[in-house]
Amino acid sequence: MRVALFITCLNDTFFPATGRATVEVLERVGCTVSFPREQTCCGQMHLNTGYPAEAARLARRQLRALAGAEAIVTPSASCAATMREHYPELVGEAPPVHDLCSFLVSELGVEDVGARFPHSVAYHPTCHSLRSLQLGDAPSRLLGKVREIDLLELAEADSCCGFGGTFAVKNADVSTAMLTDKIGHLLNSGAEVCTAVDNSCLMHIGGGLRRLRAGVRTVHLAEILAAQG
Amino acid sequence: MSFPTAAKSALANPQLRHNLARATRTIRARRAAVVSEVADWERQREAGAAIKDAALLDLDRQLERLEAAVQAAGGSVHWAPDAAAATAIIARLVRAAGSTEAIKVKSMASEEIGLDEALAAAGITAHETDLAELIVQLGDDRPSHILVPAIHRNRVEIRDLFEAKLGERGLSPEPRELAAAARRHLRERFLSVGVGISGANFAVAETGAVCLVESEGNGRMCTTLPHTLITLMGIEKVVPRFADLATMLPLLARSATGERMNPYTSLWTGAREDGDGPRDFHLVLLDNGRTDVLADAVGRQSLRCIRCSACLNVCPVYERTGGHAYESTYPGPIGAILSPQLSGMREHASLPAASTLCGACYEVCPVKIDIPAVLVHLRARVVAGGQAPRGEGAAMRALARILLSRRGYEAAQRAARHGELGPGQRLLGPLAAWTVSRELPQAPAQSFRGWWHEHRA
Ligand code: SF4
Repeated sequence: MRVALFITCLNDTFFPATGRATVEVLERVGCTVSFPREQTCCGQMHLNTGYPAEAARLARRQLRALAGAEAIVTPSASCAATMREHYPELVGEAPPVHDLCSFLVSELGVEDVGARFPHSVAYHPTCHSLRSLQLGDAPSRLLGKVREIDLLELAEADSCCGFGGTFAVKNADVSTAMLTDKIGHLLNSGAEVCTAVDNSCLMHIGGGLRRLRAGVRTVHLAEILAAQG
Repeated sequence: MSFPTAAKSALANPQLRHNLARATRTIRARRAAVVSEVADWERQREAGAAIKDAALLDLDRQLERLEAAVQAAGGSVHWAPDAAAATAIIARLVRAAGSTEAIKVKSMASEEIGLDEALAAAGITAHETDLAELIVQLGDDRPSHILVPAIHRNRVEIRDLFEAKLGERGLSPEPRELAAAARRHLRERFLSVGVGISGANFAVAETGAVCLVESEGNGRMCTTLPHTLITLMGIEKVVPRFADLATMLPLLARSATGERMNPYTSLWTGAREDGDGPRDFHLVLLDNGRTDVLADAVGRQSLRCIRCSACLNVCPVYERTGGHAYESTYPGPIGAILSPQLSGMREHASLPAASTLCGACYEVCPVKIDIPAVLVHLRARVVAGGQAPRGEGAAMRALARILLSRRGYEAAQRAARHGELGPGQRLLGPLAAWTVSRELPQAPAQSFRGWWHEHRA
C-alpha cells in the first residue's frame, strides 16, 4: 500500500527520530512511503488558540500539499484528529488521514510489527487518542505484541497530562499541577520509559521528568514499534 | 482577576487541594458506577439533548405556553430581562407578602443575579436552607461547586464553623451530627417564615408544573410550608412535555450525585387554595443574557445544561483549582463556556482558555454539550473582540506566515537548531512560563526532512 507520511511540524523539527521510526515500521509491514515535501503544519495550534482564519489558510495549504494521497499516516493523534474532525467545518473536506496505530491495527490488520524492546514501559493514553480519535485499544494491542517489553500499569492513566497546547503557557501553574500528578503516577509505576502516541504530550511530560532528573525517559510509541534491539 | 492569577492561590492551598481531590474522586466513581448500569445511556443522552434543543429552538412559544399554564393554575408569571429587574421583582413580592424574611433553597440563578445582597439592601433577610448553601452563607463564603457548594470545605472545617456561628458545643465532625445541628437551626425558620424562594430544575410548558430535585428535604419544606412561594428560573429550564421529565430526571440523578433517583423530587403546579401548599405562587423567568447565547449557533448548546456538575467532577483543571478561581457563578467547564457568554463576552475573557480541551467534560455531559468545541469557538470570539493577551495576535499571525511557506518554514527550522525561535521569540513571556516546570526540547542537528532529503529522496 502507498502511504504519504505527514510528519507534523513539531516532529519534523524536534523529534525526527519518531519520523524515521514511523517510516521504518510502515515499510516493514509492506507500505511504500512518500514524504510530500510541501507539507508544514496542520493548523491545530492556530485553531485551538482562537485563530480560525489562520488555521483555515494552513489547512487549505496542507490539503494541497497532501493532495492525491490514498492514505496519509501521521505519528500524532492530535494532528490526525484536527484534520479528520475539524477540517470539514474549517475548509469543507477531510483528507484520508490516520494516526499510525489505528492505521496499522484497523486499516492493515497488523498487530505484531516484529518489534523487540527489553524495557519496562508505562503507556499514557493521550486525550485525543482516547476521546477524539477513539483509537481504542490499538496502541495497547501493538504494545502487547512487542517482544521482551515489560508493560506496567499507570494509575489514573486517563487523566490529562496538562499540556493542552497554549494552555501549558497560559495556565502554567495549573498545567504544572496536572503534570506533577502524572509524573507521580509514572514514578509509582516503576517504569523506565513513558510512551504515548503524541510527541506534544511527551514533550510536556518529558520536559518535566528531565527538569526533576527523574531518570524516566519518554519515547514515542512508533520508536518502540521500530525497535528490534 | 484572570483565571491563571486566581488559580495560583487556589493551587497553593493544600487543604483545598486535598478536599477537592477527595470529593471529586468519590463523586466520579459513584457516577461511573451508576451510569454503567444503563445499557442505552448513549441513547438517553441523545434523547435528553433533543428535548432541550426542541425547547430552545422554540423558546418564545414554549415560555408563553408555560406562562398560560401557570396562570391557569392560579400562579403569576414575571418576566425579568436582567438581574436588576429580577431582584426588584422579588424584593417587591416579598414585601407585598408582608415579610422581611425569606427562606431560600437551591438556586444558582439567585447567586447569578446577586439576590441575597439585593434583598439585604431592601431590608430583607434571606436564609439559606440547603445544608451546603447554609455552610457557605455562615462562612461568608462563595459557592465553589454547582451541586456541592461547600465542596472546598471538609467536615472538620464545617464543625468549627457551626460551633462558631450556630452556638453549638461539642459537635463531632460526623455528617449525621452536623446535619442534625443544621436541622435544629433550620426547623424554626421553616415554621416561622412566610415566604419561600426557590430555584427550579425544570418547568413543563404543557402543564405549568415546576420541578425541583434535592437530597435533603429542605427544599420540600421551603416550597410547601410558606404561604408565598417565589421560584426564580432561567428561561432555558423549560421543557415542552410532562413526559420529558421521564428522560431528564434519571439523566440528572445519575450524572449529578451518582444516584439512580433523587431522594426528593418536588413538583408543583400553580398555587393551592386548600392550604396544602403556598396560596401564592410566583414564577420569575430570568433572561439575563440567555437570549444572546441562543443567538450564537455554536454557543447555544450551552443552554441545554441541566446543572448536573458531572463536567466539574471530571475536569482535571477544576479538580485542582476548585470553583472560586473561576470567579463566576458557574464554575468548571460549564462555567468556562456559560459565564463569558452570559456577560456578552465582556467579562470572564480568560475562562475559555482555562482548559486543555481534554474532552473529559463532553464525555460525561448528559445532554451532550460539546464543551471543547464551544471553548474553541469562544477563544476565537475573545480574539476577535480584542481581548487576547497582548502580543499574542501578532505572534500567531507571524507564525502562520512562516508556516504558510515551505521556504520560510525550513529557514525557521534551521534557526531553531541554533536555539533561535523566530517569532516564537516574541512569545518570550510564555516561554518562561514553559520553563517554570519543564525543560525545553532541543532541536537535533538534522530535521526529519533533512534526513529524508539526504537518505531517501
Ligand atoms: S454542561 Fe453538561 S455535564 Fe456540565 S453541568 Fe451542564 S449538563 Fe452537567
